[in-house]
Amino acid sequence: MLQKEGVIRIPSGCAIAGIINRKKKTFSGDSIITSISLMHDRSNGLGGGFAAYGIYPGQKELYAIHIFFDSHEARMSTEKYLGRYFDIESGEMMPTRKSAVIKQAPLIWRYFAGPKEAALEAEEFSFEDEDNFKSIPDADAEGAREKEFVVRRVMHINSSLPGAFVASCGKNMGAFKAVGYPEDVGEFYMLDKYRGYLWTAHGRFPTNTPGWWGGAHPFTLLDMSVVHNGEISSYDANRRYLEMFGYKCTLQTDTEAITYILDLITRKHGLPLSTAMAAMAAPFWDEISRMPDEMRDSARKIRIIYGSALVNGPFSIILGCEKGMFALNDRIKLRSLIAAEKGDYVYAASEESAIRAVCNTPERVWSPRGGELLSAGYEEADHDTENETVNVSRYIENGLVNINAGIQDRGVDMHIETNADYAGRSNNFLKYNRNSKRVMAGTNAGLKRESERDTEVRAV
Amino acid sequence: MFELNAAGLHFTELNRKVRELLKDGAEEIILKNVGGQRYIADGITGSQKIYIEGVPGNDMAAYMDGPEVTVFGNVQDSAANTMNSGRIIIHGSAGDTAGYAMRGGEIFIRDDAGYRTGIHMKEYKDKKPVIVIGGKAGDFLGEYMAGGIIVLLGISSGHEGDIVGSYCGTGMHNGVIYIRGGAEAYRFGKEVKTEDAVPGDLEIISGYVARYTEYFGGNAAGIMSHKFQKITSFSSRPYGKIYAH
Repeated sequence: MLQKEGVIRIPSGCAIAGIINRKKKTFSGDSIITSISLMHDRSNGLGGGFAAYGIYPGQKELYAIHIFFDSHEARMSTEKYLGRYFDIESGEMMPTRKSAVIKQAPLIWRYFAGPKEAALEAEEFSFEDEDNFKSIPDADAEGAREKEFVVRRVMHINSSLPGAFVASCGKNMGAFKAVGYPEDVGEFYMLDKYRGYLWTAHGRFPTNTPGWWGGAHPFTLLDMSVVHNGEISSYDANRRYLEMFGYKCTLQTDTEAITYILDLITRKHGLPLSTAMAAMAAPFWDEISRMPDEMRDSARKIRIIYGSALVNGPFSIILGCEKGMFALNDRIKLRSLIAAEKGDYVYAASEESAIRAVCNTPERVWSPRGGELLSAGYEEADHDTENETVNVSRYIENGLVNINAGIQDRGVDMHIETNADYAGRSNNFLKYNRNSKRVMAGTNAGLKRESERDTEVRAV
Repeated sequence: MFELNAAGLHFTELNRKVRELLKDGAEEIILKNVGGQRYIADGITGSQKIYIEGVPGNDMAAYMDGPEVTVFGNVQDSAANTMNSGRIIIHGSAGDTAGYAMRGGEIFIRDDAGYRTGIHMKEYKDKKPVIVIGGKAGDFLGEYMAGGIIVLLGISSGHEGDIVGSYCGTGMHNGVIYIRGGAEAYRFGKEVKTEDAVPGDLEIISGYVARYTEYFGGNAAGIMSHKFQKITSFSSRPYGKIYAH
């Protein structure tokens, strides 16, 4: 593969930025390029990328699959594989501009495709998967089955087809990434020609892993994309946990694990995004001890069930998905993150000046606290209340309340209405999680161990 | 009075121009349209005044020794990093780690301060750094603080609850933090003790409050009519047992 180790080391950090229009009014990629390029000095040219939503309205029913190939042979064999599982409506080379600075580009293709009916019918799902499909809110089991089908194909391509990497595979969205500075990457992919209603961007400064095309941000799965500044000390613990659910971490970068954790908890387990965020940046045990009863109960369950999804280490992330734009810092806020709002637009970035470069007079500028979810959903009647307003609240107020709300939503199907029932549901998850089962079996011992770990973190 | 338009300038170019002006004897400089340029006013010595319009980038006034910087806007992370002397007046909020390892001089922040404000600030003889925050402060205020004074007022915005985040004073071993109205016990690191400020403390605080209202307006007497909580360390060497065998 096209891998190149970073050779220069300048103390700096990655840059992230995101802009959403909450009424889904589209705007060109110029704004996000302007915003991210103001933070040029935070990256070192070894990775830049964008996620764009609402850019393929004409093909919004189809999966837009962006793939990097090392060679024509890799493309041929991948297309053969895709053809077995998908009806490919169109496939084309990604339009790009000639660039003096973006070099050693792989072959970049995009396909618009839908699963072949017969292949989808023939796909075998485990009992646990079927069980989960039934319980996912806002989606029929058929839709859930289809998504899992697509994810499996992507995992197979990334792990088993040499010389092929899927950059994105969502509907009406795409990831555009490369080795280079973000503004050059935007120019290369001609993002000024696209119009979207949500854009995120990343300027990379790789520290522990190679700077290569597949390792550039965003990291995506289905409609979800993550840009990340920081590093995950718990990467291997998270990776091993994710592997138990069929995820394969193949891109040599920690951020990939964040994307899969979010996918696991929201898509496979059908819990609200705020729950996934509360698992990744879990409240400390001493904070949990001060929560009101019901909230404390939920928080304990999340820490126990999703202990292996806790993301340790410094991070700020911006997530794009079909529900809108979300941002999160690690719980002790070891990376910078600023948000602003004006009219229907919400902005997030590593630096305030990057927001002011595209919105000089915001109505509000603020800095979410560590572990506090910034939530900017679309203003649409058919979306759940979680996303109806720009909602910044600490997990202890929002995430955990929503956990209960989310569980109650699903209660219609699952006859789960109380926290006690939630515990029953939780046991379902534990079927696939041997580690958690052990913790659950000795809950108190588990809690104590976790408490000690928190203490260590604080003492550092 | 000299004026520089910072729009579109990279920080190396902007800071080179500032240094040239100072070298040529400029006493006052206005920087207009500043947008994220790093290292403004870093390492400069003297008694000049610099006015900044816009949002300066990270590490503003790092190692600064003497001048006065006034910002009409917010500042980003690590303002006054290891600053030696001088003054910073911020008509807005500060990002994270303002006053990081500060050795002397003063910062007046009209609104809020981010995480880890005053981390590892220190004092030696007459060098005593001071940070005055008009709004609220994030977690880890005065973390590993080894000297100097932090005054937290919590007056400039309508916040509910405690005006300071958690882990305040964690690892602190010298200096003092004053919090107007105080905060709940769980907000503080285990290395610090809290008590009511006494008349000697109030005299110090009222001096800084007078200066705060002079820069930003407000009613000094009204601010001083509240109780203040004083935070100091139990020990000047909290980790001595860890490192000495």
